[in-house]
Amino acid sequence: MTELNMAQALNAALDRALADERVVLLGEDIGQTGGVFRVSDGLLEKHGPDRVIDTPVSEAGIVGAAYGMAVAGLRPIAEMQFMGFSYPAFDQIISHVSRIRNRSRHRFTAPLVIRVPYGAGIGAAEHHSESTEALYAHIPGLKVVVPSTPHDAYGLLLAAVDDPDPVIFLEPIRLYRSARGEVPEEPYTVPIGTAKVEKPGSDVTIIAYGSMMREARAAATELAQSDIDAELLDVRTIIPFDTETVLESVTRTGRAVVVHEAPRTAGFGAEIAAQIYEHAFYSLLAPVERVTGWDTVVPLRRAEQHYVPSVGRVVAAVHRVMET
Amino acid sequence: MSTDRAEAGRHDFALRPSRPPAPVDHANEDLPIPLETRVEMYRLQQELRQFEKRAYDLFMQNLVKGTSHLSLGQEAVAAGVAAAIRPDDYTFATYRGHAHTLARGVGMGPVMAELLGREDGLLGGKGGSMHLTSVEHGMMGSYAIVGAHLCIANGAAWSAQIRGTDQVAVAFFGDGTTNIGAFHEALNFAVVWKLPVIFVCENNLYMEYTPSDFVTAVPHPAADRAPAYGLEAVLVDGNDADAVYEAARKAVELARSGGGPSLIEAMTYRHGGHSRADPGKYRPDGEVDAWLERDPIPMYHQRLLRLGVAEGQLTEIQQEVAQRVDDATEYAKASAPPGDAALMTDVWADGGSAWRN
Ligand SMILES: Cc1ncc(C[n+]2csc(CCOP(=O)(O)OP(=O)(O)O)c2C)c(N)n1
Ligand SMILES: [Mg+2]
Repeated sequence: MTELNMAQALNAALDRALADERVVLLGEDIGQTGGVFRVSDGLLEKHGPDRVIDTPVSEAGIVGAAYGMAVAGLRPIAEMQFMGFSYPAFDQIISHVSRIRNRSRHRFTAPLVIRVPYGAGIGAAEHHSESTEALYAHIPGLKVVVPSTPHDAYGLLLAAVDDPDPVIFLEPIRLYRSARGEVPEEPYTVPIGTAKVEKPGSDVTIIAYGSMMREARAAATELAQSDIDAELLDVRTIIPFDTETVLESVTRTGRAVVVHEAPRTAGFGAEIAAQIYEHAFYSLLAPVERVTGWDTVVPLRRAEQHYVPSVGRVVAAVHRVMET
Repeated sequence: MSTDRAEAGRHDFALRPSRPPAPVDHANEDLPIPLETRVEMYRLQQELRQFEKRAYDLFMQNLVKGTSHLSLGQEAVAAGVAAAIRPDDYTFATYRGHAHTLARGVGMGPVMAELLGREDGLLGGKGGSMHLTSVEHGMMGSYAIVGAHLCIANGAAWSAQIRGTDQVAVAFFGDGTTNIGAFHEALNFAVVWKLPVIFVCENNLYMEYTPSDFVTAVPHPAADRAPAYGLEAVLVDGNDADAVYEAARKAVELARSGGGPSLIEAMTYRHGGHSRADPGKYRPDGEVDAWLERDPIPMYHQRLLRLGVAEGQLTEIQQEVAQRVDDATEYAKASAPPGDAALMTDVWADGGSAWRN
C-alpha cells in the first residue's frame, strides 16, 4: 500500500494500463508537459511517443481518432482538458462512439475511455468548472464513471480500459490533490456498475458522487453529533446505475438525500429520485430531497462556494427529511 | 516520424532549438502612417503593457479571481489592429483578451474590477478575466472555447453585409486555434460569402505548453493555409505595430469595399507563461531573452523618436497611463464583491434563473 492523491493514483493506473500494448493515450499537452493537471506526468518518457501522444487543440480530432483506434483493435484513452472543452467532440461521442455497437448490430464496439476533469475547484467559472455529467448519462451506449477516492480512481480507470464499451471517465478537479488514500501496489480493478456503501447507517441514505462525496462525508460526521445515523452511498458509476444497492439502502432507511454539484433541473439526481419513487415508494418515510448546484452558470471563485452545495445544505436537507 | 519527434525534443520541449524573432524591419518606418496614428498606437501599447503588469502584480497578491492569460509581449497586435478599425466595427477575442478589450477604449477601471471579480466590473464580477465583453465598444466578447468565435465573427460580419452597413468584424486567435475544425469552417464560410471579416492569428509559437509547430502540418499555421481558401498569405511582424497596422488597414479596406475576408498571421511571443499558474518552463533556453530583446514597445519608442516625436511627449504619455492604471486599481479595489444574489441572475430575459414562471 502507498498513500497517493487522486492525480497520482490516476497516473499509476495509466502507467499500469500502458503495460497493455493496445493502450494509447491522446490529448492536448499530455505528453511532454504531463497534462494540465499533471495526471500523465512521466508517462511519455516511460512509454514513448507512439503510446503517449501530444495532440493539436482538436477535440473532435482526438475523439474521432480514438474511436477509430478503438474499432481497429486498440484501447485508447483520450483526455479532454476540462469538461467545458469536451463539447467540440460531441458529434463524435454522441453520434458515433456511443452508437457503433448498435449501428453495426454488435459487430463493432468502441472500447475507449475519455477522461474528463469536471466540477468546480479552480475558480475560473463556466467551462473550467462545470458538471454536465447528465448530458453524457442521457446518451444510450455511454458508460459514465466518477470516482471519489484515489483507490476507486485507480480501480475504476483500469476497469474502464478493460470495459468493452466506451466510458466517460469523470475526474473531480477539487479532489485531484485533496483526496488522499491508500492504493495497493498490486494492480486491481473496481467493477463498473457498483455503488459503494461507504458508511453504513440506519436513519437516512445520503447518495452522492465525485467531488460532492467530500461534503457528503462531512455532513454524515456532523449529523452523527445530533444522533442521526446517516448511511453514505458513493454512486461511483452514474451509468450503469447501481439501482439495487440504492434501493436496498433506501428501503432500509426510508429516507434519501441526493447530492450533486450539477444544476438541479434534469440533473442525474432527478433520475435517482425517480428510481427511488418507482421502486421504493412504499418504504419512504419522507419525500426524497435533492441538494444540487443552481440552475445557473458556475461563477468565479468567490461565488463558487455559493454554487457548490455546502455541508450545511446537506445537513439541513437531512434534518428536513428526518422531520417527516 | 515518431522517433524524430521524440529525438527532436528528447521528451522535453525546452531542449528543442529555440525560435528567435526576425530582426526589426526598419523599412516599416517609411510606411505612410500618419504620425498621430503612430502616437496613438504607442499610447495603446503603453496602456496594455502597464495595465497587464499591474494585473500581474494583483495576481501575485491573490486579488485576481480565477485564472487569467496575459498578452504581455503581444501588445503591438492589439494596438495595430485597433488603430486601423472604426469605433462601430466588431471585435472578438479569446480568453487572452484584456489587451483587445482595452484597445477598443473600454475603461481600465471596469476591466480591472472585473479581473478582481468585483461588482463594478465590466460584467458585474461574473465573467472575470476570460470573458470580457463590452457590446457598446464593439468588443463582442472574449471566448474561452478555442475556435468558437471565428464562426461567430462571420455572423457579425454577415449581419453588417445584410444590413448594408460597411462595418467589419475582426477575430483574434492563437496559432493553436488553427488546428480546430471551427477555424477551417470559418474561413470557408467567409470566402464563399465574401464576408467583411478579418481573422488575425497571433502566432506566439505555443498552444498552452506545446509548441504548435510540433503538432501542425505547416510551418506557418495561418499564412500557409490561406491559399487553400483562396486567400493571400499574409505574414507580418506582430511585434511591430506599424507592420500590423498596415496589414490591418489593407484588410479593412478590402472588407469595407466588399472584397471579402483576410487572414493575417502576426508573429509574436508571450513574455510570460500561458496562464497565471504556468512558469513557462517548456521554452528553450535563450528563447524568452531573444524575444524580450525584440519587445515591441522600446523598439517603437525609438522609432517615434527617430520620426521626430519628442521624448517629453512619450514620457508624458507613459506617466498619464501610469496614473490611469493607478486610478483603475483604486477603483477596482474599492468596489465590493457582488452579493450572493448575483449568482441567481441573468440566465433568462426576466433577469432571473428560475425555469418556471
Ligand atoms: C475547445 C478547447 N479546447 C481546449 C482548450 C484549452 N486551451 C485553452 S488555451 C489553449 C491553447 C490555445 O493556443 P493558441 O490558440 O495558440 O492561443 P494562445 O493561448 O497562445 O493565445 C487550450 C488548448 C480550450 N480553451 N478550448
Ligand atoms: Mg499560441
